[in-house]
Amino acid sequence: MTTEPVHAGGTVALEGEQLDRLITALSERKFEVLGPKLHDGAIVYDRLSSLNDLPSGWSDEQSPGKYRIKRGKGDALFGYVVGPHSWKKFLYPPVQRMWQAERNGKGLHILPNHDSAPSKFAFFGVRPCELSALAIQDKIFLGGPYVDPGYKARRENLFLVAVNCTQPGGNCFCASMNTGPKAVAGFDLALTELSQDGHRSFLVEIGTAAGAAMLSGIPHRPATDADKQLAERVLAHAARHMGRKLDTRDLKDLLYRNYEHPQWDKVAERCLSCANCTLVCPTCFCTTVEDSTDITGNHAERWRRWDSCFTVDFSYIHGGSVRATPRSRYRQWMVHKLAAWLDQFGVSGCVGCGRCITWCPVGIDITAEASAIRQSDQAKAPAEQGRESE
Amino acid sequence: MASAIEQPEIAAAAAAADPMLPALYSIQRVRQETDDTFTLELVPEDSHSSFGFRPGQFNMVYIFGVGEVPISISSDPGSLPMLKHTTREVGTVTRAMRQLKRGDVVGIRGPYGSCWPVAKAVERDVVIVAGGIGLAPLRPALYRLMAEREKFRKIVLLYGTRTPEDILYRQELEHWRGKFDLEIQVTVDRAASNWRGNVGVVTTLIPRAPFDPSNTFALVCGPEVMMRFTVMELEKRGVATERIYLSAERNMKCGIGFCGHCQLGAVFVCKDGPVFALNQIAAILGKSEI
Ligand SMILES: Cc1cc2nc3c(=O)[nH]c(=O)nc-3n(C[C@H](O)[C@H](O)[C@H](O)COP(=O)(O)OP(=O)(O)OC[C@H]3O[C@@H](n4cnc5c(N)ncnc54)[C@H](O)[C@@H]3O)c2cc1C
Ligand code: SF4
Ligand code: SF4
Ligand code: FES
Repeated sequence: MTTEPVHAGGTVALEGEQLDRLITALSERKFEVLGPKLHDGAIVYDRLSSLNDLPSGWSDEQSPGKYRIKRGKGDALFGYVVGPHSWKKFLYPPVQRMWQAERNGKGLHILPNHDSAPSKFAFFGVRPCELSALAIQDKIFLGGPYVDPGYKARRENLFLVAVNCTQPGGNCFCASMNTGPKAVAGFDLALTELSQDGHRSFLVEIGTAAGAAMLSGIPHRPATDADKQLAERVLAHAARHMGRKLDTRDLKDLLYRNYEHPQWDKVAERCLSCANCTLVCPTCFCTTVEDSTDITGNHAERWRRWDSCFTVDFSYIHGGSVRATPRSRYRQWMVHKLAAWLDQFGVSGCVGCGRCITWCPVGIDITAEASAIRQSDQAKAPAEQGRESE
Repeated sequence: MASAIEQPEIAAAAAAADPMLPALYSIQRVRQETDDTFTLELVPEDSHSSFGFRPGQFNMVYIFGVGEVPISISSDPGSLPMLKHTTREVGTVTRAMRQLKRGDVVGIRGPYGSCWPVAKAVERDVVIVAGGIGLAPLRPALYRLMAEREKFRKIVLLYGTRTPEDILYRQELEHWRGKFDLEIQVTVDRAASNWRGNVGVVTTLIPRAPFDPSNTFALVCGPEVMMRFTVMELEKRGVATERIYLSAERNMKCGIGFCGHCQLGAVFVCKDGPVFALNQIAAILGKSEI
């Protein structure tokens, strides 16, 4: 064991129990540590004070429209995947006051939010697909000419501890989306949980100088080739055992040329337009605003809250909603995720986390919808379609 | 310019601060244009918040406690710091806007979006096709064209409204027609028997309008169906797709690419538009519920 200085780009190993020190080190440096916790039958993201808060030994069972936690095979600390929460709720809260205004006579006064010191979050246990989702939200809120100052402040202070996925879930398809099961960038530290002969250790990849600094003082040892090979093996195994897959070849144009595909009618017969899928999705970013005045009529507030393209109001313009039917709203959502996003931000809007499949009350599966369209591509030349079915 | 469309640079200062905070503007004058349409003349409370804009751009206009809506700037880009917004009363926010009086204060965020390709149209004919309130976002382009009239060839305005009483900016249009070489043709959906002008939709004016299709820029703004048929007529006359521009409309909650509401296929109307070259959106124009 050493506490030798480590550097960004390096890899070390931690014995299982030492991981608690990382939480302590983060807390000592005034980070609010957030991570997976068992709550009301689901694994959610909440405040962590020690390793004991993690759902050690728990696993989750996910399939379209279904989520259930159960005891896992061993006592793995990270033997489950993603639950109903995503990290976006911390960086980009579901409800936020934007500003207030005071009226005095005819005049008007805008009062910006004076945030006390911006939150200093450490996300502990971020999955590779979620790191990709974060990078996508960065493009939206920081990548354009206009920047969301609240998001920016929280993002700049953020410390990220990623966890590679050794046991993918029933609705996971990060391997198809190229976002997992191993984190390649965007973390301060990335852990791979290794368990051999009842002995637990963590391979720790150091992504940044801040990550290296956080490790100094925590007893660790150099990672051996055996550690690295074991990690590679379990992650390769995970990549081969995804619960779902999505064929992304030509997917953008496939969807663009199938705006009138009958599958949209079929899915609309099932979709309840409940908006669950958009709320659980870690990349969905839409919001609406609400204005209100107090009883005196002289104090007004403007609030921003998460919104969903599944609501009828979302596309309302004078004369009626542009997307009045569930068919058009589901189409908007899926074509945006898997096609338009590429044109808008240069990446797919789907990271393959499977949340929208799990939390859809009627079990609509984005991968199955896309493949149904692929199987009867309406714009394909009939001859070609004939050949395929031969 | 490299992109398909003249994109105004975004003022660094505006982008740096909290872009969701409005600047305060007070109403200098309210002008009733027609039965349901009015123009607010606004000046900044603080001269530092004054900004220049390009024809076709819009502001998010906040009415105290009621809401914020996208409204095009309809004034002369050369008469800063004054801004004018011509608004048709259609719902909650625009109704509250209409109640405002001289001296009242509103919040303004902007200017946002892309602009009409006025500079590109130099040495060419310009045909402007407007339906109803759609003339408001085109008026700044007309100011620019009139200010440098000699740089352009024929300028034709084809304008359709519901009735003769709904014609916007009547005096100004007549003044321009008298003073500059501006061809104006107006048509209405219905009129009393004393109306001697055209009756019918604005697209019926296109086949005989005096412009040279091979050398024309077309600027179009109006209801979506009107724009769709206008485009068909313009193409029939041989105006090139890349020289037809339209201003699209979608629900907007932010104006700056954050809220997602304004998406139209792959584009965000607030930041990629509202003014588009037809070839940018041709594939989705006319598809329903996009
Ligand atoms: C880029 C752009 C420029 C515009 N320029 C003008 C203009 O110069 N003059 C003018 O009169 N109107 C203009 N409009 C339309 C104007 O924004 C709507 O008429 C206005 O939002 C209606 O708000 P309301 O609260 O009165 O109506 P309601 O029907 O009560 O609307 C409720 C909400 O729906 C949304 N909404 C309703 N209609 C529209 C619409 N047509 N477009 C976008 N959002 C809408 C708004 O968010 C509004 O707060 C423009 C719209 C866009 C997108
Ligand atoms: S679309 Fe579904 S699977 Fe893809 S990132 Fe969003 S919630 Fe996850
Ligand atoms: S796809 Fe499922 S989760 Fe999404 S809106 Fe429809 S019913 Fe709700
Ligand atoms: S208006 Fe909000 S993204 Fe365009």
